[in-house]
Amino acid sequence: MSPDSTGLDAWVDVLSAVFMIVGATMSLGAAIGLLRFPDLLSRMHAATKPQVLGLFLLLASIGLQMRTLWVWPVLLVAWIFQLLTVPVSAHMVGRAGYRTKHLHRELLTSDELEAVVQKAAAKAAREDGSGDG
Amino acid sequence: MSRRRISLRQELPLLVWLVIVWGALWQDFSPGNLLFGALLSVAVARLFYLPPVELSGRFNILHAIPFALMFLAKVVMASMQLLFLAVWRGPRVKNAVVAVTLRSHQDLLVTATGHVISLIPGSLVVEVDRSTSTLYLHALNISSPQEVENLKNEVLSIEAGLIRIMGTRDELEILRTEAAA
Amino acid sequence: MMQVVLAVTAVIFSLAAVGAIIRISRGPSLLDRVLATDVLLAILGGALCVDMAVNRHLNNLMLVVAISIIGFIGSVTVARFVADRREQPNES
Repeated sequence: MSPDSTGLDAWVDVLSAVFMIVGATMSLGAAIGLLRFPDLLSRMHAATKPQVLGLFLLLASIGLQMRTLWVWPVLLVAWIFQLLTVPVSAHMVGRAGYRTKHLHRELLTSDELEAVVQKAAAKAAREDGSGDG
Repeated sequence: MSRRRISLRQELPLLVWLVIVWGALWQDFSPGNLLFGALLSVAVARLFYLPPVELSGRFNILHAIPFALMFLAKVVMASMQLLFLAVWRGPRVKNAVVAVTLRSHQDLLVTATGHVISLIPGSLVVEVDRSTSTLYLHALNISSPQEVENLKNEVLSIEAGLIRIMGTRDELEILRTEAAA
Repeated sequence: MMQVVLAVTAVIFSLAAVGAIIRISRGPSLLDRVLATDVLLAILGGALCVDMAVNRHLNNLMLVVAISIIGFIGSVTVARFVADRREQPNES
């Protein structure tokens, strides 16, 4: 790109190009997962994990392309924001999905939460009944 | 609402984080800007009061760096595994919901463990029971009881790593007695 | 070389966005749509990142952070709303 393109410079360019393409492929992977997985909870895996790696690779390629050191803390803060927010939103969506029965039981090989949820629901129903009557 | 005064030492990590965010937002890390950011962060922490996070007061950087590298490697593995599953397995994937009881009862450690295991291969926190600090995970691509056991062991080892970084002394004792047994 | 990379990533991002939009339009439940919208926002952020890397500027960095935070707040709000409505059927 730049006229004084030394060997190292070219390698950094190649590395950041690879990062960009792999990072974009991660988004594509997320979309494929969204389309192909059978139920909400497995789609959620597809929506969260590639996002984090994809943004990491893209931010790293920005850092490599800018060729200055002071952008790295800024990029790190942006990535940490992503790291903190993605699991929380995935957990909230997953919890709502589990409670509203958006999952296919036949796809689960074991479910250790079901008994707990049913017990809690039975208890809540008892309390409701005693509260009304 | 009782406003228990919290010591500056406990508040310091929050303030440092706010100053770093301020500097990053302006993309300017000059001393004057950082000083103004520090003043602002103290004002924000005083005005918008939140319950303080209970820190254990120790942070082991020697354990933190390998853990961070391992975490990065696992994030890469998670995405690769997901890409593979999405393309080759697709609709035929088998899942499981697994309950894991953690050793620690600190909110911070349970939260950190939940965040880390949400990002490693094939697991996602669906529900948290705070009173017994049990995490209910949704795990992707689990088809045998053996794999459930493997997942549980992995979660517990991640929690052990986090305890070594920032757990309390009591939790470290639990780890030691477990290792001895 | 950067122009080639730009073209390749543009194609990949477009395909990914099409996938997410198909899921938004088809998704059987509200939560599926929220999830797909989150992915679409992430794709948008990724595209902004590629633009910044290729043209070597940082003007949109805070926009990327803002997009991810908006996605977070949006999905958490909708998830809470769905869960609450389910738990208290009498009040809706």
